[in-house]
Amino acid sequence: MVQEHVIIIGNGIAGVTAARHIRKLSDKRITIISSESEYFFSRTALMYVYMGHMKWNHLKPYEDQFWKKNRINLLKAYVTEISPEDKSIKLEDGRHLQYTDLIIATGSEPQKFGWKGQEAHGVQGLYSKQDLELLEKNAPHNRACKRAIIVGGGLIGIELAEMLSTRDIPVTFLVREKHFWNNVLPKHDAQLIDEHIKKHQIDLRLKINLDEILTDENGKVRAVKIKETGETIQCDLVGLTTGVKPRLEMLSQTSIETNRGVLVNPYLKTNYDNIYAIGDCAEHREAIQNRPSIEAVWYTGKMMGETVAQTICGKPMTYNPGHWFNSAKFFDIEYQTYGWVYPTEIENHKQLHWSHSDGTKAMTVNFNKENDKFVGINTFGIRLRHEVVNGWLEQNKTILEVMKNLKQANFDPEFYQSHEKDIFKSYQKHL
Amino acid sequence: MSKFERNMAMTGEKPAALSKAQKIFSAIGITGLFILILAIANVNFPNKTLFLSLSLGLMTLGTVGFSYDLYKSKQPGIKNDGVWFKSMTSRGLYAWITALALTMFYVALYWYPEYLGLNSEGANTGIISLFDPLSRLINGGPASQWFVYGTLYTLAIFIFGYKFIKKYRHNRYEVLRTFSVMFFQLGFAFLIPEILMRLNQPYFNPANIWPLNYDLFAGYKLDSFFSAGSIGLIMFTFGILSIFVISPILTYKYGKRWYCSWVCGCGGLAETAGDPYRHLSDKSVFAWKVERWVIHSVLVFVTVMTIAVIYSYLGQNPDEFWFTKDVFLWSSAGFLSLVFGLLMYFKKEELAKDAKYAGAGYLIVILSMICINYFNYNQDIFLFPAHKLRETYGFLIGAAFSGVIGVGFYPIFGNRVWCRFGCPMAAVLGMQQRLFSKFRITTNGGQCISCGNCSTYCEMGIDVRAYAQKGENIVRSSCVGCGICASVCPRGVLKLENDSLDNRINQKEITTGNDIDLMEFFNEKTK
Repeated sequence: MVQEHVIIIGNGIAGVTAARHIRKLSDKRITIISSESEYFFSRTALMYVYMGHMKWNHLKPYEDQFWKKNRINLLKAYVTEISPEDKSIKLEDGRHLQYTDLIIATGSEPQKFGWKGQEAHGVQGLYSKQDLELLEKNAPHNRACKRAIIVGGGLIGIELAEMLSTRDIPVTFLVREKHFWNNVLPKHDAQLIDEHIKKHQIDLRLKINLDEILTDENGKVRAVKIKETGETIQCDLVGLTTGVKPRLEMLSQTSIETNRGVLVNPYLKTNYDNIYAIGDCAEHREAIQNRPSIEAVWYTGKMMGETVAQTICGKPMTYNPGHWFNSAKFFDIEYQTYGWVYPTEIENHKQLHWSHSDGTKAMTVNFNKENDKFVGINTFGIRLRHEVVNGWLEQNKTILEVMKNLKQANFDPEFYQSHEKDIFKSYQKHL
Repeated sequence: MSKFERNMAMTGEKPAALSKAQKIFSAIGITGLFILILAIANVNFPNKTLFLSLSLGLMTLGTVGFSYDLYKSKQPGIKNDGVWFKSMTSRGLYAWITALALTMFYVALYWYPEYLGLNSEGANTGIISLFDPLSRLINGGPASQWFVYGTLYTLAIFIFGYKFIKKYRHNRYEVLRTFSVMFFQLGFAFLIPEILMRLNQPYFNPANIWPLNYDLFAGYKLDSFFSAGSIGLIMFTFGILSIFVISPILTYKYGKRWYCSWVCGCGGLAETAGDPYRHLSDKSVFAWKVERWVIHSVLVFVTVMTIAVIYSYLGQNPDEFWFTKDVFLWSSAGFLSLVFGLLMYFKKEELAKDAKYAGAGYLIVILSMICINYFNYNQDIFLFPAHKLRETYGFLIGAAFSGVIGVGFYPIFGNRVWCRFGCPMAAVLGMQQRLFSKFRITTNGGQCISCGNCSTYCEMGIDVRAYAQKGENIVRSSCVGCGICASVCPRGVLKLENDSLDNRINQKEITTGNDIDLMEFFNEKTK
């Protein structure tokens, strides 16, 4: 009998997690294909290389020998065709590979909105290793890049702003919403980050849209034009960080069904029995809880990888994640979220907000007014224990129980000032 | 996908050049250092008190002013911008020059103090004579090379400690820890011993515990304790209690950090002056293997040496003193066997295979030598005379390893080479920490993004991320609890804490936050 061969397209966190778990559960042959990098690296840490905190090699979560030791073949190649009918894929160099199971984990690519000039030199997103290399060329220092414009107030936008500011490159940050990341964060939380961004000498422009990107005679960016005011701002770099979308280019010629992403059922299976899609590129046909149908988050990629490995190794499992959680860091302010905190209060729900006078710590809780049930929490500059908060959500704790026991969840380093009493008092006023 | 040049070398630009104030403070500090260099070159300063004050004062002003200016306009937070771009902190030319200068200073200090101006006949000259006024003030006598070293060492912990506190001012754990090492260095390591000397008492640093203080049981040391009356006995008793009672209790409660990053002078220098080099430690699995063999071999060496030294000190006639050579030998053999036996009985599952073999191997060698010696009486219990063993240990480990390599090569191998590969005290505390302690670094559920900041900035070369990304707590003998991994983590994943022994080492196959059934099924299975 021919050994079963699992081919994984994409060596990001989703694909690699799937490979690791398949290896734990079976002896199948495993091949991971990537055109981006030879080895798995932490995409979320790309920024630290530009900032000089780490070198490229530090981004690799496993030593190079790990893959051979665990019999996971790594192939640096580009997949041009997938043929579900004869269970094979074709690489750019003409080679064909046969699979028994195929996992599509191609991740995302920057989303662009058809702005004039968006393909000019000096205009880029920040997602891949190649984007990082390009940034090193476009913005090596503030002599070559006298000003950068960042378009899009989300996680990648603020990371890019932080990166550029470490090289003293002046940044103008165009945000469409009323506040930074206001489509996810409630107003008070978003305002806290607005202020923090400005403290870092970033020229933050709220409720501002990009009109077009102006280029010089060599096709290089020279300025941007603002829609609302018609103002033009000179610049040498435009960072387009207006979100990401699933990367599907190699699927355009196949009969694998796609919408915005690769459509999958709860088993993470596409319309073909032995083809799966996980991570950023997957789009769930049926929404799971309150989650978006495309989840472009590190943790969900990891969980989908863990789940699909079970299915492929003979224990079919649906993707059924527990309570939502996420985290980020905005310059010096760490952010964690558990459960759901909506950007605007929804019906029957109430939000309570606390913030510290130093402008670096805040907490917002969301609960159901009808039954007092705790629904979610955002925290800034204060670390919380995942397991404790997850337990509260799991056990349907009330807002009062959560507030009373907040200290149990504190995960700040030892000797840190505690704010639980303060927070409790400020909440009591509203309860 | 378009193809760009695939260049692995991302050189990058270092952050902005020095500010005007920073340039002025650099000049001030270098002037202070230059006075020392002139003194080494045997320039005989007329007014030593003035020039010594000037030198130490200018170096302090330069470093403190520079650090103040460096961090004053920055928001509190992690300040590692450009660490890998700067020559000084990425093994560039400046780093090598600094390493060579430090190394040469150590070579002169340990083996050629005459070049520093220590004269066997007559008064000091050179840099040592420059420190005479301060030495007379504190201990009443002229300076020695060790006084010069001790003063500069203490000064370094203070001025670079100030810089460290500025850099981590948002983190109270780091700030308090730094005050603590400053206190123990100035009080325990520097002033107490010098003042004891002035009072004609034995030289004793209460914070320097055997086996780091390998000379505690040397003949001359024991003589000085026993001839000093009750104060000598108190010192000796405190020394013994530190080893067998105080340090095991503190390590059980807080992990080895209570010593390595709150009290110890070696740790103190590493955490302050050495902080800019913490990311240079080798994180490979290979380095970890080397570390385990080397550090435990040093521990065996110091144990053997100490047994030999005490053995040669003791008498043979039980009528004179009941604790004879034989009593000592058999009690040592008994103690070592007991420790090994208890470890194998209670902690068998937690010991790696090679650790068991190595432990058994070393024990058998030591025991058989003790037996051979007993049956064919021989003055040199471990083949060589005790004083030779002690000298060799002092040369190889005490001087070459801890000083020349340990500190001299900060800018190349990182700031904790000695603590990680060489320090026998760290080995003892490490075993206690790994097997009998409440301390661990807790990993926060499923929040790790594998970014690698924790591993990169671990001065002990622990691949922290390897544990964190599995949701597993970090329980490693080498961890000195500096807390930097938790500090640089951008997602709040790590916390140093003392908690119950249950579930201290937790393995998790499935990410916290995934399907509850899947998590419970697999995470239980791997417990």
